[in-house]
Amino acid sequence: MGRIAVLKQRGTLFVSMPEDIDDASAGELLTDILERVEMDSCKGVIVDLSALEFVDSFLGRIIADIANCSSVLDARTVVCGMRPAVAITLVELGMDFPRVSFAMDIEEATDQLQGRA
Amino acid sequence: MCPRPATSARPQGSDGGDAGCLALTNPVHIMLVRRTISDLARRIGMNEVDSVKLGTAVSELARNLLEHGGGGEVTYAVVKQGQAHGVKVVFEDSGPGIADVERAMQDGQSTGAGMGIGLGGAGRLVDSLAVDSTPGRGTRVEIVKWAASKWLLRR
Repeated sequence: MGRIAVLKQRGTLFVSMPEDIDDASAGELLTDILERVEMDSCKGVIVDLSALEFVDSFLGRIIADIANCSSVLDARTVVCGMRPAVAITLVELGMDFPRVSFAMDIEEATDQLQGRA
Repeated sequence: MCPRPATSARPQGSDGGDAGCLALTNPVHIMLVRRTISDLARRIGMNEVDSVKLGTAVSELARNLLEHGGGGEVTYAVVKQGQAHGVKVVFEDSGPGIADVERAMQDGQSTGAGMGIGLGGAGRLVDSLAVDSTPGRGTRVEIVKWAASKWLLRR
């Protein structure tokens, strides 16, 4: 698959997670995000999951890695756009995201990040 | 042997069948397999949350099949028990096998790239999960998820 676009707006990075992400792309994405957090001094990363009908532990690990690594660089991660069925499944699956906060959509996610500043 | 699935990640429309078999030898097959099985689950009347749980369990087990089993086959079929309909999925590989199945069922026991959810996590998403594994010979995992029964209306 091609490169996953990471967009920046006013100190916040935004990425919409594709369904067909593979190992190699996940690694590239994480590196991309961290390089830009560092270079552009971003304080927030918004990860949108609205394209995902299924979030398994592989995807969960990717999200957790983005959040954990970003927090080391003093950036906060907000996940938005999670479908209700996915949220229910994640809880049942026992996945935990300690360094992630959640929002319904991009607007709420942006509000959360700005509230922090 | 199973027919190989198409190389595109999107299935070419539903095959409409109540049963099937897919070879799982590449990560791109994981998406096809979970999509095919969750679509089948919806067709037999499973609600959205349950079919997403089933598809997610299939995703977990398919990834295990690839990462630990060295690839294998996924066989699925509609099952019936009285009025109830469900989907049964079997994951089979000829890999190294699981030495300690009980331990593998506990959370936090991942030896792969996942979050340590293990078989136990996938098992919570379905109604039954059975593991049959012989070290050195391979592993067979069978899951069943039933569509929640609807109230039958009187005529």
